[in-house]
Amino acid sequence: MTADITGNTAADAAAADGTRPTGRTQGTSVMLRDLSRSFGATKALDGLSIEMAPGELVALLGPSGCGKTTALRIVAGFETADSGAVLVDGKDISSVPANHRDMGMVFQSYSLFPNMSALDNVGFGLRMRKIGTGQRRKRANELLDMVGLAPQAKQFPHQLSGGQQQRVALARALAIEPRVLLLDEPLSALDAKVRLQLREQIRTLQQRLGTTTLFVTHDQEEALSMADRVGVMSHGKLEQIAAPDELYEHPATAFVAEFVGIMNRIPAEWQGSGMVTCVSCTVPVKGDSVRDPGSDGAVDVLVRPEGLTMEVAANGNGIVTTKTFLGSVTRVGVLLSGDVTVQIDKPSAEAAALAPGTSVSVTLPPEPVLVAPRR
Amino acid sequence: MILLVAGAYFLIPLWAALRFAGIKALGSVVTQAGFGDALWLSVRLAVVTTIITIVLMLPTAVYVHLRLPAVRRLLEGITILPIVIPPVVLSVGVLEVAPGFLKSTPYLLALMYVILAMPFAYRAIDAGLRALDLKTVVEASNSLGAGWITTLWRVVLPNLKTALLSATVLTVALVLGEFTMASLFLYQTFPVWIVVFDQTSGQISVAASLDALFVTWLFLMAITVFGTRQSRRTGGGQVNLFSAARQETRGN
Repeated sequence: MTADITGNTAADAAAADGTRPTGRTQGTSVMLRDLSRSFGATKALDGLSIEMAPGELVALLGPSGCGKTTALRIVAGFETADSGAVLVDGKDISSVPANHRDMGMVFQSYSLFPNMSALDNVGFGLRMRKIGTGQRRKRANELLDMVGLAPQAKQFPHQLSGGQQQRVALARALAIEPRVLLLDEPLSALDAKVRLQLREQIRTLQQRLGTTTLFVTHDQEEALSMADRVGVMSHGKLEQIAAPDELYEHPATAFVAEFVGIMNRIPAEWQGSGMVTCVSCTVPVKGDSVRDPGSDGAVDVLVRPEGLTMEVAANGNGIVTTKTFLGSVTRVGVLLSGDVTVQIDKPSAEAAALAPGTSVSVTLPPEPVLVAPRR
Repeated sequence: MILLVAGAYFLIPLWAALRFAGIKALGSVVTQAGFGDALWLSVRLAVVTTIITIVLMLPTAVYVHLRLPAVRRLLEGITILPIVIPPVVLSVGVLEVAPGFLKSTPYLLALMYVILAMPFAYRAIDAGLRALDLKTVVEASNSLGAGWITTLWRVVLPNLKTALLSATVLTVALVLGEFTMASLFLYQTFPVWIVVFDQTSGQISVAASLDALFVTWLFLMAITVFGTRQSRRTGGGQVNLFSAARQETRGN
């Protein structure tokens, strides 16, 4: 009753009777310093360094085998690095075993204990911390409530759907009030709709609790939509770590540019002094995106579908081949000379006039472009 | 149709045996000389064999699953060997390595039965571990703060209850039915007793076989029912009872 009148939250109520409050006021900083790890001849990690601010959600994105899961497992304590260190709040935890690291982890495969109900699963970590049955139940119920599964508390994992199981797993990881939350592709086993819901739920909870979170995924949409910063990895190295919009608009390397979003690759000629000629337009090269264009000056320009312009022209340099309606924009496939196909985004209203077979003139706006050595 | 033929194939010998022995003989088996000792020896051997088998196989299977997945194939191959090696060869092998104090006791047989039971016990435990996704579950438990012993006790073992029951059923059935080795080493286990007794009274011997079949069947049913109830509660697998077919009855 008091709670209703004063508007106390469940967390405050919990704090009043001795349990720790749900929300953490200050998060934990995490630093991965120069981590390297080899499996036989393969270098899974090659000098990976990441700094995570308290309360930040960092996603590690990359193709399979790029080392992102290895990095997460080293932080969790399931793998050891050949060299380098993991610092949590400035302290090196490399020698601390996994069960003393205070890290909540959600796995890709359903990892609930089949012999325990949802409630007991969530309470397991608290039990390991010797918290009494009453408090444990109460806290586990709170967490199940938080992920919207209070009615399923008594059910066993095999009675829950995949999405529900992952929500219980999330509640279980959060129940111990972890210093760091580790998510190892927690959504990849779920179907598209559930994945979207859970994605939002994870992000909301993470922001509410302010738990520093490392999230590993190969799904760029997931990474871009959830993370404060996204680290793109390739061959055990961090290619770039930046906020999602920065990553999309200013990719640091050709790999990032092509891995994140859709990217056209158009053959171009290196003109020296930072200029490049492509589809008859000479434009400046962005930063030092290419250092060694090769002896014949053959390079590719990397440009997004929205970065190219196109006009209907009788004797243009391209022919419209395909059209994909995406809502407000339509993605138009254009065949350029040299058998190169590019994707160009046009507002759907304008694209209506572009029937396949239409001759168009494709040009590059005079803005700095990203350039990569010819493949 | 097939069921009918199969049913006839199993039931006609039983019916014939029952006709030959007579209902009365079924009850009088227990009063025969040597019956109690033989049964008691078989039960002791079954218990000892089961304990040794599980104590050896469980940690091995868990360790191989977690740390040496590459060795799993090899281990599977090794555990099948006892099926293809003749019992005499196995017996001689065990005699070579068995500790001296065991050589003059019937528990020597338990050592041999452990080897015989290995293929079945390992397979049952292995299937249980596979169904569990052991690695993930163990890591989840670790990350929540549980040490190794707690993880084994609270997470791994409860989820292997069904598998361990299967392994137990298989081992017990095997020990209760084994004849060759026991007879080779001149120990009067229950199956040996039945055959020896056959020379004095064929009827009683056949009745004993029927009794043994019935009691074993009851015992296996009890374990299955118990195991299934357990697994229905926790969503585990069904208790596997292909062991029942292996139960040897030496009626003639």
